Amino acid sequence: MKRTVLGIEGTAWNLSAAIVNENDVIAEVTHTYVPPIGGIHPREAAQHHAKFASYVIEKVLEEAEKKGVSLSLIAGVAFSQGPGLGACLRTVATAARALSLSLGVPLIGVNHCLAHIEVGRWKTPARDPVTLYVSGANSQVLAYNMGKYRVFGETLDIGLGNALDKFARSAGLTHPGGPKIEELARKSKNYIPMPYVVKGMDLSFSGLATAATDALTKASLEDVCYSFQETAFSMVVEVTERALAHTGKKEVLLAGGVGANMRLREMLKIMCEERGASFYVPEKRFMGDNGAMIAYLGLLMLNSGNILSIENSHVNPNFRPDSVKVTWINEDELKGDT
Amino acid sequence: MYLARGAEAVVTLEGNIVVKERIPKKYRLKVIDERIRKERTRAEARLISEARRGGVPTPVVYDIQDFRIEMQYIAGKPVKYIMDEKISEEIGQLVGRLHSSGIIHGDLTTSNMIYYNERIYLIDFGLAYRDSSLEAQGVDVHVLFQTFESSHQNHEKLIASFCQGYRKNFVLADAVIERVKEIEKRGRYA
Repeated sequence: MKRTVLGIEGTAWNLSAAIVNENDVIAEVTHTYVPPIGGIHPREAAQHHAKFASYVIEKVLEEAEKKGVSLSLIAGVAFSQGPGLGACLRTVATAARALSLSLGVPLIGVNHCLAHIEVGRWKTPARDPVTLYVSGANSQVLAYNMGKYRVFGETLDIGLGNALDKFARSAGLTHPGGPKIEELARKSKNYIPMPYVVKGMDLSFSGLATAATDALTKASLEDVCYSFQETAFSMVVEVTERALAHTGKKEVLLAGGVGANMRLREMLKIMCEERGASFYVPEKRFMGDNGAMIAYLGLLMLNSGNILSIENSHVNPNFRPDSVKVTWINEDELKGDT
Repeated sequence: MYLARGAEAVVTLEGNIVVKERIPKKYRLKVIDERIRKERTRAEARLISEARRGGVPTPVVYDIQDFRIEMQYIAGKPVKYIMDEKISEEIGQLVGRLHSSGIIHGDLTTSNMIYYNERIYLIDFGLAYRDSSLEAQGVDVHVLFQTFESSHQNHEKLIASFCQGYRKNFVLADAVIERVKEIEKRGRYA
Protein backbone atom coordinates (compact mmCIF):
# COMPACT_ATOMS: atom_id res chain seq x y z
CA MET A 1 0.00 0.00 0.00
CA LYS A 2 1.19 3.48 -0.83
CA ARG A 3 1.44 5.53 2.30
CA THR A 4 0.49 9.17 2.27
CA VAL A 5 2.05 11.79 4.55
CA LEU A 6 1.16 15.41 5.21
CA GLY A 7 4.11 17.72 5.83
CA ILE A 8 4.34 21.31 7.02
CA GLU A 9 7.25 23.64 6.40
CA GLY A 10 7.64 26.94 8.22
CA THR A 11 11.24 27.49 9.29
CA ALA A 12 11.40 31.05 7.94
CA TRP A 13 9.24 33.08 5.60
CA ASN A 14 7.55 30.33 3.65
CA LEU A 15 4.59 28.50 5.17
CA SER A 16 3.76 25.47 3.09
CA ALA A 17 1.75 22.29 3.56
CA ALA A 18 1.88 19.32 1.22
CA ILE A 19 0.59 15.80 0.90
CA VAL A 20 2.80 13.25 -0.86
CA ASN A 21 3.10 9.54 -1.50
CA GLU A 22 6.23 7.78 -2.71
CA ASN A 23 5.42 8.58 -6.34
CA ASP A 24 4.56 12.23 -6.31
CA VAL A 25 3.25 15.35 -4.66
CA ILE A 26 -0.53 15.01 -4.42
CA ALA A 27 -1.22 18.55 -3.24
CA GLU A 28 0.74 21.53 -1.98
CA VAL A 29 -0.48 24.87 -0.66
CA THR A 30 1.89 27.71 0.22
CA HIS A 31 1.36 31.07 1.82
CA THR A 32 4.43 33.28 1.98
CA TYR A 33 5.18 35.99 4.53
CA VAL A 34 6.31 39.08 2.66
CA PRO A 35 7.90 41.77 4.84
CA PRO A 36 6.44 45.21 4.03
CA ILE A 37 9.94 46.67 4.42
CA GLY A 38 13.42 45.26 5.13
CA GLY A 39 14.03 41.58 5.77
CA ILE A 40 12.22 38.82 7.66
CA HIS A 41 11.01 39.94 11.07
CA PRO A 42 10.95 36.71 13.12
CA ARG A 43 7.95 37.62 15.26
CA GLU A 44 5.91 38.85 12.34
CA ALA A 45 6.80 35.78 10.32
CA ALA A 46 5.59 33.60 13.21
CA GLN A 47 2.36 35.61 13.48
CA HIS A 48 1.87 35.15 9.76
CA HIS A 49 2.31 31.39 10.14
CA ALA A 50 -0.10 31.28 13.08
CA LYS A 51 -2.68 33.20 11.09
CA PHE A 52 -2.43 31.04 7.96
CA ALA A 53 -1.57 27.58 9.36
CA SER A 54 -5.16 26.40 9.43
CA TYR A 55 -5.74 27.88 5.97
CA VAL A 56 -2.86 26.00 4.28
CA ILE A 57 -3.75 22.75 6.06
CA GLU A 58 -7.47 22.91 5.24
CA LYS A 59 -6.74 23.91 1.68
CA VAL A 60 -4.19 21.14 1.08
CA LEU A 61 -6.58 18.54 2.52
CA GLU A 62 -9.33 19.89 0.28
CA GLU A 63 -7.14 19.62 -2.82
CA ALA A 64 -6.01 16.12 -1.93
CA GLU A 65 -9.65 15.12 -1.42
CA LYS A 66 -10.40 16.28 -4.97
CA LYS A 67 -7.70 13.87 -6.15
CA GLY A 68 -9.23 11.01 -4.22
CA VAL A 69 -6.97 11.13 -1.17
CA SER A 70 -9.24 11.51 1.82
CA LEU A 71 -8.31 12.47 5.35
CA SER A 72 -8.50 8.87 6.51
CA LEU A 73 -5.65 7.88 4.16
CA ILE A 74 -3.11 10.14 5.82
CA ALA A 75 -0.64 7.92 7.67
CA GLY A 76 1.51 10.56 9.36
CA VAL A 77 2.09 14.25 9.97
CA ALA A 78 5.58 15.63 9.42
CA PHE A 79 6.90 19.07 10.34
CA SER A 80 10.19 20.87 10.04
CA GLN A 81 11.65 20.61 13.53
CA GLY A 82 14.63 22.85 12.71
CA PRO A 83 16.92 24.54 11.99
CA GLY A 84 15.04 27.81 11.67
CA LEU A 85 13.56 30.78 13.48
CA GLY A 86 12.38 29.61 16.91
CA ALA A 87 9.04 31.38 16.90
CA CYS A 88 8.19 30.13 13.40
CA LEU A 89 9.20 26.58 14.26
CA ARG A 90 7.06 26.55 17.41
CA THR A 91 4.01 27.77 15.52
CA VAL A 92 4.31 25.09 12.88
CA ALA A 93 5.10 22.38 15.45
CA THR A 94 1.94 23.28 17.38
CA ALA A 95 -0.17 22.92 14.25
CA ALA A 96 1.48 19.58 13.43
CA ARG A 97 0.98 18.18 16.94
CA ALA A 98 -2.68 19.17 16.94
CA LEU A 99 -3.22 17.57 13.56
CA SER A 100 -1.36 14.39 14.49
CA LEU A 101 -3.42 14.02 17.69
CA SER A 102 -6.74 14.71 16.03
CA LEU A 103 -6.06 12.28 13.17
CA GLY A 104 -4.54 9.74 15.52
CA VAL A 105 -1.48 9.24 13.30
CA PRO A 106 2.28 9.40 14.08
CA LEU A 107 4.14 12.70 14.31
CA ILE A 108 7.45 12.96 12.42
CA GLY A 109 10.11 15.58 13.16
CA VAL A 110 12.04 16.40 10.02
CA ASN A 111 15.43 18.09 9.72
CA HIS A 112 14.92 20.88 7.21
CA CYS A 113 18.42 20.58 5.62
CA LEU A 114 18.06 16.85 5.06
CA ALA A 115 14.61 17.40 3.51
CA HIS A 116 16.27 19.59 0.86
CA ILE A 117 18.69 16.75 0.04
CA GLU A 118 16.06 14.01 0.01
CA VAL A 119 13.66 15.90 -2.24
CA GLY A 120 16.59 16.30 -4.66
CA ARG A 121 17.35 12.57 -4.55
CA TRP A 122 13.65 11.97 -5.18
CA LYS A 123 13.14 14.40 -8.04
CA THR A 124 16.48 14.08 -9.87
CA PRO A 125 18.55 11.01 -10.84
CA ALA A 126 21.09 11.83 -8.07
CA ARG A 127 21.64 8.77 -5.84
CA ASP A 128 24.64 9.43 -3.62
CA PRO A 129 25.60 13.05 -4.21
CA VAL A 130 27.69 15.71 -2.58
CA THR A 131 25.01 18.34 -1.87
CA LEU A 132 25.63 22.06 -1.95
CA TYR A 133 22.83 23.54 0.12
CA VAL A 134 22.73 27.32 -0.10
CA SER A 135 19.78 29.29 1.23
CA GLY A 136 19.18 32.41 3.27
CA ALA A 137 20.27 31.01 6.60
CA ASN A 138 22.18 27.88 5.59
CA SER A 139 25.27 27.21 3.52
CA GLN A 140 26.57 23.68 3.80
CA VAL A 141 28.28 20.99 1.80
CA LEU A 142 26.94 17.59 2.85
CA ALA A 143 27.39 13.99 1.84
CA TYR A 144 26.20 10.66 3.16
CA ASN A 145 28.74 8.46 4.92
CA MET A 146 28.14 5.54 7.27
CA GLY A 147 24.69 6.22 8.65
CA LYS A 148 24.71 10.00 8.64
CA TYR A 149 24.80 12.98 6.35
CA ARG A 150 28.15 14.53 7.22
CA VAL A 151 28.82 18.23 6.97
CA PHE A 152 32.06 18.57 5.01
CA GLY A 153 32.06 22.34 4.99
CA GLU A 154 29.77 25.12 6.11
CA THR A 155 29.56 28.81 6.75
CA LEU A 156 31.22 30.03 9.92
CA ASP A 157 28.94 33.05 10.15
CA ILE A 158 25.94 33.89 7.94
CA GLY A 159 24.35 32.00 5.07
CA LEU A 160 25.10 32.99 1.48
CA GLY A 161 21.50 34.12 0.87
CA ASN A 162 21.60 36.18 4.03
CA ALA A 163 24.82 37.85 2.85
CA LEU A 164 23.19 38.66 -0.50
CA ASP A 165 20.10 40.04 1.26
CA LYS A 166 22.15 42.14 3.69
CA PHE A 167 24.06 43.69 0.84
CA ALA A 168 20.87 44.16 -1.19
CA ARG A 169 19.24 46.06 1.67
CA SER A 170 22.20 48.40 2.04
CA ALA A 171 22.09 48.97 -1.73
CA GLY A 172 18.40 49.90 -1.50
CA LEU A 173 17.11 46.75 -3.22
CA THR A 174 13.98 45.10 -1.82
CA HIS A 175 13.70 41.63 -0.27
CA PRO A 176 14.57 39.08 -1.55
CA GLY A 177 17.74 40.60 -2.95
CA GLY A 178 19.21 37.58 -4.74
CA PRO A 179 17.30 37.78 -8.03
CA LYS A 180 17.87 41.55 -8.29
CA ILE A 181 21.60 41.14 -7.66
CA GLU A 182 21.74 38.43 -10.31
CA GLU A 183 20.08 40.67 -12.87
CA LEU A 184 22.37 43.62 -12.13
CA ALA A 185 25.46 41.38 -12.16
CA ARG A 186 24.68 40.34 -15.71
CA LYS A 187 25.32 43.91 -16.84
CA SER A 188 28.92 43.98 -15.64
CA LYS A 189 32.24 42.36 -16.52
CA ASN A 190 34.34 44.51 -14.25
CA TYR A 191 35.67 42.63 -11.25
CA ILE A 192 36.50 44.49 -8.04
CA PRO A 193 38.61 42.47 -5.57
CA MET A 194 36.54 41.11 -2.65
CA PRO A 195 37.51 38.97 0.37
CA TYR A 196 37.57 35.30 -0.62
CA VAL A 197 37.35 33.41 2.67
CA VAL A 198 37.72 29.64 2.55
CA LYS A 199 39.23 28.15 5.71
CA GLY A 200 40.00 24.54 5.04
CA MET A 201 36.52 23.35 4.12
CA ASP A 202 34.61 26.18 5.79
CA LEU A 203 33.32 29.46 4.45
CA SER A 204 32.70 32.97 5.70
CA PHE A 205 30.41 35.51 4.03
CA SER A 206 29.90 38.32 6.52
CA GLY A 207 33.13 40.12 5.59
CA LEU A 208 32.17 39.85 1.94
CA ALA A 209 28.78 41.47 2.59
CA THR A 210 30.49 44.35 4.40
CA ALA A 211 33.17 44.76 1.71
CA ALA A 212 30.49 44.85 -0.99
CA THR A 213 28.56 47.52 0.90
CA ASP A 214 31.74 49.60 1.27
CA ALA A 215 32.56 49.17 -2.42
CA LEU A 216 29.30 50.92 -3.35
CA THR A 217 30.91 54.28 -2.55
CA LYS A 218 33.57 53.75 -5.21
CA ALA A 219 32.01 51.53 -7.85
CA SER A 220 28.77 51.06 -9.74
CA LEU A 221 26.05 48.83 -8.30
CA GLU A 222 26.35 46.50 -11.31
CA ASP A 223 30.10 46.02 -10.79
CA VAL A 224 29.66 45.33 -7.08
CA CYS A 225 26.85 42.82 -7.68
CA TYR A 226 28.99 41.06 -10.26
CA SER A 227 32.06 40.96 -8.01
CA PHE A 228 30.05 39.79 -5.01
CA GLN A 229 28.51 36.91 -6.95
CA GLU A 230 31.74 35.84 -8.62
CA THR A 231 33.57 35.76 -5.28
CA ALA A 232 30.90 34.07 -3.19
CA PHE A 233 30.02 31.45 -5.80
CA SER A 234 33.69 30.60 -6.45
CA MET A 235 34.04 29.93 -2.73
CA VAL A 236 31.10 27.52 -2.48
CA VAL A 237 32.05 25.73 -5.70
CA GLU A 238 35.60 25.28 -4.42
CA VAL A 239 34.40 23.64 -1.20
CA THR A 240 32.00 21.44 -3.17
CA GLU A 241 34.89 20.29 -5.36
CA ARG A 242 37.00 19.50 -2.31
CA ALA A 243 34.20 17.38 -0.89
CA LEU A 244 33.97 15.50 -4.21
CA ALA A 245 37.72 14.85 -4.17
CA HIS A 246 37.63 13.82 -0.52
CA THR A 247 34.66 11.46 -0.72
CA GLY A 248 35.30 10.10 -4.21
CA LYS A 249 31.61 10.64 -5.03
CA LYS A 250 30.57 11.34 -8.61
CA GLU A 251 27.45 13.47 -8.29
CA VAL A 252 26.66 17.00 -7.18
CA LEU A 253 23.19 18.09 -6.10
CA LEU A 254 22.26 21.74 -5.73
CA ALA A 255 19.67 22.66 -3.09
CA GLY A 256 18.25 25.78 -1.44
CA GLY A 257 16.85 29.08 -2.66
CA VAL A 258 20.20 30.53 -3.79
CA GLY A 259 20.39 27.55 -6.17
CA ALA A 260 17.98 29.43 -8.43
CA ASN A 261 20.91 31.62 -9.52
CA MET A 262 21.99 30.74 -13.06
CA ARG A 263 25.59 31.89 -12.65
CA LEU A 264 26.02 29.59 -9.64
CA ARG A 265 24.62 26.70 -11.68
CA GLU A 266 26.95 27.48 -14.55
CA MET A 267 30.01 27.45 -12.28
CA LEU A 268 29.01 24.14 -10.69
CA LYS A 269 28.41 22.67 -14.12
CA ILE A 270 31.90 23.68 -15.30
CA MET A 271 33.48 22.26 -12.14
CA CYS A 272 31.58 18.97 -12.52
CA GLU A 273 32.55 18.68 -16.19
CA GLU A 274 36.21 19.18 -15.30
CA ARG A 275 36.01 16.42 -12.68
CA GLY A 276 33.80 14.06 -14.66
CA ALA A 277 30.96 14.31 -12.14
CA SER A 278 27.23 14.59 -12.85
CA PHE A 279 25.41 17.73 -11.81
CA TYR A 280 21.76 17.75 -10.75
CA VAL A 281 19.35 20.57 -10.04
CA PRO A 282 15.73 19.86 -9.03
CA GLU A 283 12.96 21.93 -10.58
CA LYS A 284 12.51 25.33 -8.99
CA ARG A 285 9.52 24.47 -6.76
CA PHE A 286 11.72 21.97 -4.89
CA MET A 287 14.72 24.29 -4.52
CA GLY A 288 13.43 26.86 -2.04
CA ASP A 289 11.58 25.95 1.15
CA ASN A 290 8.53 23.82 0.37
CA GLY A 291 6.08 21.57 2.18
CA ALA A 292 6.59 18.69 -0.26
CA MET A 293 10.17 18.06 0.88
CA ILE A 294 9.07 17.90 4.52
CA ALA A 295 6.23 15.52 3.68
CA TYR A 296 8.54 13.36 1.55
CA LEU A 297 11.31 12.98 4.14
CA GLY A 298 8.52 12.46 6.68
CA LEU A 299 7.31 9.56 4.56
CA LEU A 300 10.81 8.03 4.37
CA MET A 301 11.18 8.39 8.13
CA LEU A 302 7.75 6.93 8.85
CA ASN A 303 8.53 3.94 6.63
CA SER A 304 11.72 3.34 8.62
CA GLY A 305 10.00 3.71 12.00
CA ASN A 306 11.52 7.11 12.77
CA ILE A 307 8.69 8.91 14.58
CA LEU A 308 8.32 11.24 17.58
CA SER A 309 6.27 11.14 20.73
CA ILE A 310 4.49 14.41 21.51
CA GLU A 311 6.67 14.78 24.66
CA ASN A 312 9.83 14.65 22.55
CA SER A 313 8.65 16.90 19.77
CA HIS A 314 10.38 20.11 20.89
CA VAL A 315 11.63 22.24 18.06
CA ASN A 316 15.36 22.82 17.69
CA PRO A 317 16.41 26.13 16.09
CA ASN A 318 20.00 24.80 15.75
CA PHE A 319 19.06 21.30 14.60
CA ARG A 320 22.21 19.94 12.92
CA PRO A 321 21.76 17.64 9.95
CA ASP A 322 24.75 15.55 11.06
CA SER A 323 23.02 14.76 14.37
CA VAL A 324 20.29 12.75 12.61
CA LYS A 325 20.65 8.99 12.38
CA VAL A 326 19.67 8.16 8.81
CA THR A 327 17.20 5.30 9.09
CA TRP A 328 15.87 5.48 5.54
CA ILE A 329 18.94 4.67 3.45
CA ASN A 330 19.98 1.12 2.71
CA GLU A 331 23.72 1.29 2.12
CA ASP A 332 23.85 -1.76 -0.12
CA GLU A 333 21.23 -0.22 -2.38
CA LEU A 334 23.16 3.03 -2.46
CA LYS A 335 26.31 1.24 -3.59
CA GLY A 336 24.41 -0.87 -6.09
CA ASP A 337 22.87 2.20 -7.67
CA THR A 338 26.02 4.19 -8.28
CA MET B 1 57.17 11.51 -12.61
CA TYR B 2 53.68 11.98 -11.32
CA LEU B 3 53.31 11.71 -7.54
CA ALA B 4 49.84 12.89 -6.56
CA ARG B 5 46.81 14.86 -7.64
CA GLY B 6 44.42 16.57 -5.25
CA ALA B 7 41.46 18.89 -5.76
CA GLU B 8 43.82 21.85 -5.98
CA ALA B 9 47.25 20.81 -7.14
CA VAL B 10 49.38 18.30 -9.04
CA VAL B 11 52.60 17.03 -7.50
CA THR B 12 55.37 15.70 -9.74
CA LEU B 13 58.96 14.60 -9.31
CA GLU B 14 61.38 16.30 -11.69
CA GLY B 15 64.83 14.78 -11.21
CA ASN B 16 65.19 14.87 -7.44
CA ILE B 17 62.99 17.93 -7.01
CA VAL B 18 59.33 17.79 -6.02
CA VAL B 19 57.18 20.28 -7.90
CA LYS B 20 53.77 21.18 -6.56
CA GLU B 21 51.70 23.22 -8.97
CA ARG B 22 48.24 24.63 -8.26
CA ILE B 23 46.06 24.02 -11.27
CA PRO B 24 43.70 26.64 -12.74
CA LYS B 25 39.96 26.33 -12.14
CA LYS B 26 37.83 27.23 -15.12
CA TYR B 27 34.72 27.88 -13.06
CA ARG B 28 36.09 31.05 -11.48
CA LEU B 29 37.21 34.29 -13.09
CA LYS B 30 40.85 34.35 -14.11
CA VAL B 31 41.59 37.29 -11.79
CA ILE B 32 40.13 35.45 -8.79
CA ASP B 33 41.70 32.15 -9.76
CA GLU B 34 45.21 33.56 -10.15
CA ARG B 35 44.99 35.61 -6.98
CA ILE B 36 43.90 32.62 -4.89
CA ARG B 37 46.46 30.25 -6.38
CA LYS B 38 49.26 32.77 -5.87
CA GLU B 39 48.27 33.59 -2.29
CA ARG B 40 48.00 29.94 -1.34
CA THR B 41 51.26 28.96 -2.99
CA ARG B 42 53.09 31.67 -1.09
CA ALA B 43 51.34 30.86 2.20
CA GLU B 44 52.11 27.16 1.84
CA ALA B 45 55.81 27.75 1.16
CA ARG B 46 56.00 30.10 4.13
CA LEU B 47 54.38 27.61 6.50
CA ILE B 48 56.66 24.78 5.35
CA SER B 49 59.65 26.92 6.32
CA GLU B 50 58.11 28.21 9.55
CA ALA B 51 57.30 24.67 10.67
CA ARG B 52 60.93 23.70 10.16
CA ARG B 53 62.04 26.68 12.21
CA GLY B 54 59.73 25.37 14.94
CA GLY B 55 61.63 22.07 14.94
CA VAL B 56 59.42 20.02 12.62
CA PRO B 57 61.32 18.32 9.78
CA THR B 58 59.82 19.47 6.45
CA PRO B 59 61.14 19.55 2.88
CA VAL B 60 63.48 22.44 2.06
CA VAL B 61 61.81 24.90 -0.30
CA TYR B 62 64.12 25.67 -3.23
CA ASP B 63 62.00 28.02 -5.28
CA ILE B 64 58.56 29.61 -5.43
CA GLN B 65 57.03 30.80 -8.67
CA ASP B 66 53.50 32.08 -9.22
CA PHE B 67 51.62 28.83 -8.69
CA ARG B 68 54.52 26.47 -8.17
CA ILE B 69 56.68 25.33 -5.27
CA GLU B 70 59.91 23.46 -5.89
CA MET B 71 61.12 21.55 -2.88
CA GLN B 72 63.33 18.78 -1.57
CA TYR B 73 62.31 15.21 -2.31
CA ILE B 74 62.15 13.15 0.87
CA ALA B 75 63.11 9.70 -0.39
CA GLY B 76 61.69 7.76 2.54
CA LYS B 77 58.62 5.69 3.35
CA PRO B 78 55.20 7.03 4.31
CA VAL B 79 54.81 6.16 8.00
CA LYS B 80 51.53 4.40 7.31
CA TYR B 81 53.58 1.37 6.20
CA ILE B 82 55.76 1.24 9.30
CA MET B 83 53.31 2.47 11.91
CA ASP B 84 53.88 1.29 15.47
CA GLU B 85 53.65 2.74 18.97
CA LYS B 86 57.15 4.17 18.91
CA ILE B 87 56.51 6.00 15.62
CA SER B 88 53.17 7.21 16.96
CA GLU B 89 54.87 8.75 19.97
CA GLU B 90 57.32 10.53 17.67
CA ILE B 91 54.38 11.81 15.62
CA GLY B 92 52.91 13.16 18.85
CA GLN B 93 56.13 15.06 19.57
CA LEU B 94 56.14 16.41 16.03
CA VAL B 95 52.56 17.64 16.12
CA GLY B 96 53.25 19.07 19.59
CA ARG B 97 56.05 21.20 18.16
CA LEU B 98 53.92 22.24 15.21
CA HIS B 99 51.06 23.36 17.43
CA SER B 100 53.46 25.11 19.81
CA SER B 101 54.58 27.16 16.80
CA GLY B 102 50.98 28.21 16.15
CA ILE B 103 50.63 26.19 12.95
CA ILE B 104 47.75 23.90 12.01
CA HIS B 105 48.58 21.33 9.33
CA GLY B 106 44.98 20.80 8.23
CA ASP B 107 45.46 17.33 6.76
CA LEU B 108 47.40 15.17 9.20
CA THR B 109 47.42 11.61 7.88
CA THR B 110 49.98 8.83 8.07
CA SER B 111 50.46 9.29 4.30
CA ASN B 112 51.59 12.87 4.81
CA MET B 113 54.46 11.82 7.08
CA ILE B 114 57.63 10.38 5.59
CA TYR B 115 60.16 8.35 7.56
CA TYR B 116 63.62 9.23 6.30
CA ASN B 117 67.07 9.12 7.95
CA GLU B 118 65.51 8.16 11.27
CA ARG B 119 63.36 11.25 11.32
CA ILE B 120 59.74 11.89 10.45
CA TYR B 121 59.13 14.60 7.86
CA LEU B 122 55.82 16.34 7.60
CA ILE B 123 54.72 17.07 4.01
CA ASP B 124 51.77 18.66 2.16
CA PHE B 125 50.99 21.96 3.84
CA GLY B 126 48.29 22.69 1.26
CA LEU B 127 45.59 23.11 3.91
CA ALA B 128 47.85 24.52 6.62
CA TYR B 129 47.18 27.83 8.34
CA ARG B 130 48.18 29.83 11.41
CA ASP B 131 45.88 29.35 14.38
CA SER B 132 46.51 28.82 18.08
CA SER B 133 42.96 28.00 19.13
CA LEU B 134 42.09 24.78 20.96
CA GLU B 135 39.37 24.12 18.40
CA ALA B 136 41.75 24.21 15.42
CA GLN B 137 44.34 22.07 17.22
CA GLY B 138 41.61 19.67 18.30
CA VAL B 139 40.32 19.23 14.76
CA ASP B 140 43.89 18.73 13.52
CA VAL B 141 44.48 15.90 16.02
CA HIS B 142 40.99 14.48 15.46
CA VAL B 143 41.64 14.13 11.72
CA LEU B 144 44.84 12.22 12.50
CA PHE B 145 43.09 9.89 14.95
CA GLN B 146 40.54 9.11 12.26
CA THR B 147 43.28 7.90 9.93
CA PHE B 148 44.63 5.78 12.80
CA GLU B 149 41.19 4.24 13.17
CA SER B 150 40.59 3.68 9.48
CA SER B 151 44.02 2.32 8.51
CA HIS B 152 45.64 0.80 11.59
CA GLN B 153 44.41 -2.12 13.67
CA ASN B 154 45.78 -1.25 17.09
CA HIS B 155 44.56 2.31 16.94
CA GLU B 156 43.81 2.63 20.66
CA LYS B 157 47.42 1.98 21.58
CA LEU B 158 48.59 4.27 18.80
CA ILE B 159 46.39 7.06 20.12
CA ALA B 160 47.72 6.54 23.65
CA SER B 161 51.35 6.76 22.51
CA PHE B 162 50.59 9.75 20.31
CA CYS B 163 49.22 11.53 23.39
CA GLN B 164 52.38 10.72 25.37
CA GLY B 165 54.56 12.32 22.70
CA TYR B 166 52.18 15.24 22.23
CA ARG B 167 52.29 16.06 25.96
CA LYS B 168 56.09 16.12 25.93
CA ASN B 169 56.25 18.99 23.45
CA PHE B 170 53.07 20.94 23.98
CA VAL B 171 51.91 22.49 27.25
CA LEU B 172 48.25 22.64 26.21
CA ALA B 173 48.20 18.99 25.10
CA ASP B 174 45.70 17.82 27.71
CA ALA B 175 43.22 20.58 26.90
CA VAL B 176 43.47 19.70 23.20
CA ILE B 177 42.92 15.99 23.88
CA GLU B 178 39.82 16.90 25.90
CA ARG B 179 38.58 18.96 22.97
CA VAL B 180 39.19 16.05 20.58
CA LYS B 181 36.77 13.94 22.63
CA GLU B 182 34.14 16.65 22.34
CA ILE B 183 34.69 17.01 18.58
CA GLU B 184 34.22 13.27 18.14
CA LYS B 185 30.81 13.51 19.77
CA ARG B 186 29.73 16.21 17.37
CA GLY B 187 30.14 13.85 14.45
CA ARG B 188 31.56 16.47 12.15
CA TYR B 189 34.76 16.29 10.06
CA ALA B 190 34.02 12.62 9.42
